[in-house]
Amino acid sequence: MSDTTTATGGRGTTVPSPPVPPTRKKVARVTGAVGPLGIGIATLWLSIIVVLPLAALTVASFGDGIGGFVDAITSPVAVASLRVTVVVSVVVAVINVIMGTLIAWVLVRDEFPGKRAVNALIDLPFALPTIVASIVLLSLYGPESPIGVHLNATQPGLIVALAFVTLPFVVRSVQPVLIEVDREVEEAAASLGADNVTIFRRVVLPTLTPAIISGAGLAFARAIGEYGSVVLIGGNIPRETQVASQYIQQQIEIDRPAAAAAVSVALLAIAFVTLFALRVFASRGQRREEQAE
Amino acid sequence: MKLSGSTRITLRAVALLYLFGLLVVPIVIILFRTFENGIGAFIQSISTPAAISALNLSLLIVAIVVPVNVVFGIVTALALVRGRFPGRGLVQAVVDLPFAVSPIVVGVSLILLWGANGWFGGLESLGFKVIFGLPGMVIATLFVTLPFVVREVEPVLHEIGEEQEQAAATLGASRWQTFWLITLPAIRWGLTYGVVLTVARSLGEFGAVIMVSSGFPGVSQTLTLLVHSRYIDDHNTFGAYSAATLLMGIALITLLLMTLLDRKRSTT
Repeated sequence: MSDTTTATGGRGTTVPSPPVPPTRKKVARVTGAVGPLGIGIATLWLSIIVVLPLAALTVASFGDGIGGFVDAITSPVAVASLRVTVVVSVVVAVINVIMGTLIAWVLVRDEFPGKRAVNALIDLPFALPTIVASIVLLSLYGPESPIGVHLNATQPGLIVALAFVTLPFVVRSVQPVLIEVDREVEEAAASLGADNVTIFRRVVLPTLTPAIISGAGLAFARAIGEYGSVVLIGGNIPRETQVASQYIQQQIEIDRPAAAAAVSVALLAIAFVTLFALRVFASRGQRREEQAE
Repeated sequence: MKLSGSTRITLRAVALLYLFGLLVVPIVIILFRTFENGIGAFIQSISTPAAISALNLSLLIVAIVVPVNVVFGIVTALALVRGRFPGRGLVQAVVDLPFAVSPIVVGVSLILLWGANGWFGGLESLGFKVIFGLPGMVIATLFVTLPFVVREVEPVLHEIGEEQEQAAATLGASRWQTFWLITLPAIRWGLTYGVVLTVARSLGEFGAVIMVSSGFPGVSQTLTLLVHSRYIDDHNTFGAYSAATLLMGIALITLLLMTLLDRKRSTT
């Protein structure tokens, strides 16, 4: 998403070219190497692959009218699955805030043998297929656990699985900020007699907060939609460990597409609201930074 | 902020313990379980007919998805960077959409669009079966991998600007010549990075694909579906571990390529 903001930011600096009579050449230059045909192809492509399926989903969710939609997302099991999803994802986001920041701190400010290997390890959850994440965690926390910890079909099991797949978000968003931080301010605070807790709370944390929140938000958005990583370890017990994506899958299996579509739309709405809030938060932070300069 | 030695070591220990419990130990156990009966058993397990066919299907999907994404991804990136048209912001948002959509929701949407009772359900009565067939799995994979090439090529196109392309055009190069000789070489590393991400995600996608696949062993199972069905349906834990190890090996190669390419991208 940050790409988009920088992309639009760069646009504003383009100097408008002087008016030239509208010849064929001019048209080609304005639309660059793509031309109207390219724009048409791109739009058609995005429509068929992304927009039309989601449009079909939205229409189907109201297949039984607004009443049907409301009934579908307020059925007790659906509500329970959405609640489990949101609660577990919030817990995972909080775990990521604490552990992600701590790991980023250790990777930036600490020196120890093997640090580079640990740093490379952080990206592993993004590279591993989600079903592999599921089975990997089952080997340690599942029925054949060598340490006797059985998280199979429990909410802690869900949390471990989601913490696994969302690990890189906060670490990778905090790390670059921590590297850039001006350490002179910390030294100044220390020379004025501030202890470490005060320095962290008053100097370091405020600089890191935007990165932490954006990482946690992305982790939350990812966690609420997860399926592959929780499918084996979660147990799919309605009202206990069944997450929204499992409920939706079940509705398709028992041939209730309208209910599946309605809960899908609810899940999408939660994801969009989260990402939209993050974007607003980021642009407000940016504006404040610009004002400060 | 200077931490005392003991605080620093405590923080380090907590971070490393977390990473060990979450990542390292589980992966080591999987590798141990996979290879405890020797490498022969592992090879046997990943060369059963069902496993071979799953690998082939996964590779076939990659072989279709990558070229399609490259072509349409470049066109979309060019349109977004060079084109000035109403609704550009909207197109930008649509490109990011797949990142925000749960894989299961992708599957449901595709069923509702392409399935027998969907908007394009008529295709199925004409004998073109999308859902529960290969086309469905390909479309599902296209959906989840769509942003990668676009988002990797876009910033590079921004950076190189249009001067060189315009110079080529002034010197009489045709659009195709300009693209092949100027634009493509400039975006090659960004494009390669996008392709690597696409390959990794295509091989690893599970939720969206399981929704639109009929899941028959040896026919319509990808590698990820094989892991799932071996564990759940066959109670073949060892087989599931072996297939997972194979996928993990592929993922590690991807990670290595990404690290190398990342260095290449930042130096050129």
